[in-house]
Amino acid sequence: MQSLISRPWLWAWLAAIAVFALSIALSGASQAGGLLYAALSFGAFAAIVGIGQMLVITLGPGNIDLSIPAVMTLAGTLALKAMDGAPGTALLGLGVALLVGLGCGAANFALIRLLRLPPIIATLAASLLYQSLAIWSNRGLRIKPPAALADFATGRTLGVPNVALIGVLLALVVWWLLERGLWGRWLLATGQNPRAARLAGVPVERVRASAYLSVALLAGLTGFLLASFSGGAALNMGQQYLLLSIAVVVIGGTSIAGGFSNVPGVWGAALFMFLVVSMLNAYGFDAGARMMLTGMIIIGIVIAANARRRRA
Amino acid sequence: MNTSQPVEAVVALRGVHKQFGAVRAIDGIDLTLAPGECVGLVGHNGAGKSTLVNLINGTLKPSRGEIDSHVTRGGRGSAIRSVFQELSLCPNLSAAENLRIAHPTLKGLGWRRRAGAEIRASLDQVFPGHGIDTDARVDTLSIAQRQMIEIAIGFAPRGGQARLVILDEPTSSLDAGIAEQLLAYVERFCAEGGTVVFISHMLGEIFRVASRIVVMQDGRVVAERASQDFDRDSLVDAMGHVAQHAPSADRRRDAEGASTAGAGASGETVIEDAAGLSARRGEIVGLAGLAGHGQAEALARLYFAGTSGWRAPRQPRMAFVAGDRGRDGVLPLWSILRNLSLSVLPAGARRGAVDRHAEATLGHDWQQRIGIRSDDLGNPITSLSGGNQQKVLFARALASSAPIVVMDDPMRGVDVGTKQEVYALIRAEADAGRTFLWYSTETEEVCQCDRVFVFRDGKISAELSGAEISEERILAASFEMQEN
Repeated sequence: MQSLISRPWLWAWLAAIAVFALSIALSGASQAGGLLYAALSFGAFAAIVGIGQMLVITLGPGNIDLSIPAVMTLAGTLALKAMDGAPGTALLGLGVALLVGLGCGAANFALIRLLRLPPIIATLAASLLYQSLAIWSNRGLRIKPPAALADFATGRTLGVPNVALIGVLLALVVWWLLERGLWGRWLLATGQNPRAARLAGVPVERVRASAYLSVALLAGLTGFLLASFSGGAALNMGQQYLLLSIAVVVIGGTSIAGGFSNVPGVWGAALFMFLVVSMLNAYGFDAGARMMLTGMIIIGIVIAANARRRRA
Repeated sequence: MNTSQPVEAVVALRGVHKQFGAVRAIDGIDLTLAPGECVGLVGHNGAGKSTLVNLINGTLKPSRGEIDSHVTRGGRGSAIRSVFQELSLCPNLSAAENLRIAHPTLKGLGWRRRAGAEIRASLDQVFPGHGIDTDARVDTLSIAQRQMIEIAIGFAPRGGQARLVILDEPTSSLDAGIAEQLLAYVERFCAEGGTVVFISHMLGEIFRVASRIVVMQDGRVVAERASQDFDRDSLVDAMGHVAQHAPSADRRRDAEGASTAGAGASGETVIEDAAGLSARRGEIVGLAGLAGHGQAEALARLYFAGTSGWRAPRQPRMAFVAGDRGRDGVLPLWSILRNLSLSVLPAGARRGAVDRHAEATLGHDWQQRIGIRSDDLGNPITSLSGGNQQKVLFARALASSAPIVVMDDPMRGVDVGTKQEVYALIRAEADAGRTFLWYSTETEEVCQCDRVFVFRDGKISAELSGAEISEERILAASFEMQEN
């Protein structure tokens, strides 16, 4: 039983380790530390939005949040604007980013619940709105984050990137909620069969609302961290996280059919995704070949993981 | 009967064993099924009946032993057909399209029309006057209608001929009238040389149709005799439970006598809805009538209106026991324990955390109380037989502190002995002040209630209480409006 549960996340981690070893084989052991540091830094952003996406996907078929990139961009943009590079405003910026996240999450859920739109349509349509708001408020200016905040976002504690520490901490919190918490039980029950869950007394509407708020909140936080990390908000900063947030959930072993989450797998998959791209870079593939190979590797991993699970 | 004649067997099992991991589901069975006989197969939940069915129809291969057959067995062209208690139709397809799935040679232009004609012919034959729209999506039909379609597909020619039809709890969601049509058809089918294996917990039906009765216990055949050599008591004895003489009526009368002055009759009204359904504290209210006449919908409406999708109070107002396990009850990815404890969790939670120690204790208690057959509650719920899954759902609702328990035909697939235990449990809980709303397709169960609402065409056609509750009165009220 224990090994059956651990199998899905093991795959993502094995794949990440294998790709890491291949990269080191090419570049030499001296690069290992640098590569690992970069993987932890960039992987953290994918892991945080991935954990959010995982919560929504766990709600069951049809549940997904496609507004993650737009929420990231809007939160990053508005937070930097509010701080305006002034020292000592980091908490203000964080507050703005989280509020933007909450607002977008509430708007997403309102569209889904009140207008009864399928989540895929509701969040896609809403993301156009959020992106427009970001464009409108940004107007091409690039505000730098406060120096102390930028130092924190790019800095390290005990040799580990600060953003990775935040990502691990969030992963632990969500893992606890799912494994030990009442809310986790409710989420997993809702994902397996919402009608049966409701008939068993699970407050399914509250669970759905909280999942959509959580993913937007995490996207807002990631936008804030990424903008601070990369020296300013850019309108395309969230772009790659649409595919990435879904890919890390699927590779990480969470069930697309809902009702089964896997937190450690998301982190493993996030590291794997970064390492694959950097390895293909190191081997000198051009952008087209890189994307094709990335896509094929994702498909391969998902097939392998699923075949394993079916046999179990 | 046919058993004594030297005819070639449709299927013969010799020394068959089947193991799933460490579990011995079938432990050495010899069984011969001859043309023209109807074999009644009985046994408790988890005795191995469903596994035996899957061995006979070729879905499973035996771990040891041989299975011989002179008809096509296994695969889609099989002359051996199985109809399961777990409904297996595709809900997004029509009856005709579902027939096509089991009939691979139906091809080319106009297949849908020919499939429709075939399923209608089969339905007309088994259930004359069924009134089912064979072009309607299956999920728009009632559970009884779905079961009827499944049975009709089992008996349909499908490019060949059904030689052996295995009916696993076919009548559990059918009302008495429809069930009687099926029994009559089974008799005709056997008289024409077909073979039927009939699995049921309703012993009356077994005696009615079976020429031979096979009793299973723990994966073995413990008794096998012509049906006239059994009576109800000896059959229940053979199944391994102490025979209990229908205590229902007496117990109700007693309870009534004792409680007329107490909570039962004079308790305050706790439920009253626009449709006219009402219940008092400590009362067991039955919902009766022909299957699919709005009872399940009325209960679901009541439950959804009385509870919220936003709040989960420590003491829920209502608990629900599902009859349609797959749709309304079981969470298939979870263990037995997690399925059982779901409704109780809010009451035991501390600062958002599940109290896992209390959860384990609760699971252990209820496993003892209601007899869930599993050595480890950490096993997946799907490892249990249908009747045992039903017990888990019962425990889920009864373990909660909800003052009102809503039960939507909850005894489907539960064996006789457990039923009696659950009846006693319900009566004890009601005497302690709990209110039960109980829809059942079995008149025997409805007759245990303090008050009965009979449904007809989605509306209440009669309200019976106390001594008025009888099979005749219920049947009369079920059909009343139809005669006009």
